[in-house]
Amino acid sequence: MSLASAARAAFPPLLVFLAFLGLWQLACVALALPAYLVPAPAEVAREAAAHADALAEAALLTAVGALGGLGASLVVGGLVAVLFSQSQTAARSLYPYAIFLQTVPIVAVAPLIVVWFGTGLQSVVLTAAILSVFPIITNGTTGLVRVDPQLLELFAMSDASRLQLLLKLRLPGSLPYFVAGAKISAGLAVIGAIVGEFFAGFGADDLGLGALILQTSGRLQTAYLFAAIFSATLLGLVLFGAVALLGELALRRWRGRELAVH
Amino acid sequence: MPEPDPASHIEARGLGVRFPGGVQALSGLDLVVRRGELLVVIGPSGCGKSTFLRVAAGLAPASEGTLTVAGEAPERVRARRAVAFVFQDPTLLPWRSLHANVRLPLELARVPSAEQNLAADAALALVGLSEFAAAGPAALSGGMKMRASLARALVTRPELLLLDEPFGALDELTRERLNDELLRLWERDRFTAVAVTHSVAEAVLLGDRVVVLSARPGRIVADIPVPLPRPRRAALVGAPEFAAVAAEVRARLRAAAPPDPSDLSVRT
Repeated sequence: MSLASAARAAFPPLLVFLAFLGLWQLACVALALPAYLVPAPAEVAREAAAHADALAEAALLTAVGALGGLGASLVVGGLVAVLFSQSQTAARSLYPYAIFLQTVPIVAVAPLIVVWFGTGLQSVVLTAAILSVFPIITNGTTGLVRVDPQLLELFAMSDASRLQLLLKLRLPGSLPYFVAGAKISAGLAVIGAIVGEFFAGFGADDLGLGALILQTSGRLQTAYLFAAIFSATLLGLVLFGAVALLGELALRRWRGRELAVH
Repeated sequence: MPEPDPASHIEARGLGVRFPGGVQALSGLDLVVRRGELLVVIGPSGCGKSTFLRVAAGLAPASEGTLTVAGEAPERVRARRAVAFVFQDPTLLPWRSLHANVRLPLELARVPSAEQNLAADAALALVGLSEFAAAGPAALSGGMKMRASLARALVTRPELLLLDEPFGALDELTRERLNDELLRLWERDRFTAVAVTHSVAEAVLLGDRVVVLSARPGRIVADIPVPLPRPRRAALVGAPEFAAVAAEVRARLRAAAPPDPSDLSVRT
């Protein structure tokens, strides 16, 4: 996508956002809503500017937790997917528990994680990992198992071993599926990190976005709270965008080589 | 077991294949493919012609009867890399360069890499794709991909080449070029080749013999020699002697095909 077409694509949603901000500002002024309930966008912007350092620091901390969780998901989810693709028995007996990871309410498990692992980064990472691992497992397993039958016969013609099939056919062939899974997991990891911070935190002096959201809501600093919520949304977007971009680059290499002629 | 005839390469005796679902794909097939022969199998779709190739490659088991290649079980021939298979689709791995695709069979057989590279270079040169060695499949046309697929099949210098409707998905002109290419390669090395097709013209152009199979379960209904001189090229298709053989194959094929319910003409 060229820069011009990207700008064209971004224009309509941007317009909607600006219109939304305008209406919001107008409603706050016209209805004289109290700032502790619904702060006007200008007020939120003022608060965000005033606490820019704290917000950036918090976003960075939460990003570390989310990235740690996403990384753990990729490693553990990838290994589980390989296991599932290699053993029908393992897949059949363990898959229900993988679904369990998806269905268990993370807010219910997070306190348990704190009991077991204490407060701090490790618990935040673990919460983010639990929430984000499932798409990697399912997408990865699908990609590893779903192989063109003709390619399987091609490898069978060379009497390829299981390991050769895995390393030279299944793993490289599943890259698009892992990328798709990672894109879903990126957003989930940020949510997981914030939920993790609600319970585990990074300690009294190091506030991540999750802890900041709790603190500002407790003190009715609603405009600051809004700024923190926007920062969390932005962080999710940035992480998703980064993973999508990396994935697209990897896929381009994967299916590409169009330019490698001569 | 009787001493194998050195002139026969594939011997099928009473070969029958029944799929796990119970479908009888082939039944009572007796067929000998001579060494160095280019045999074409033609038949209505679903007649089991691809299944015959799979059994010969050791990819599918025979349910009844036997099939041997050079007097051995197909799996053993495969293990010593003496047989290669060309699939309907090019089946190139998109993440590998052409060169890496072509050397794959040698790589899987753990042949030393210097040897792999030399063989892949030679195979690519054979099909005229040397300058595209570093390119990926996405950069190539359908015909070029199929030529790369041929190069990959020939990289082990097989004694037996099995081709499963290899050019069926290509446009007419590309198909003609690839048939010429296949004929040239076969004339050069005289490996034994069995090609499956549903095109009468292709069958007559390529084959020393054309074997016509009936609708499922496939049985041999005709074994037609093609007395046209070699070397042959696609231009032969217009010749009157070609038309005569093609007419015979077409007549036998029509008799073998199941009646078409949409055909309203009265058969006599």
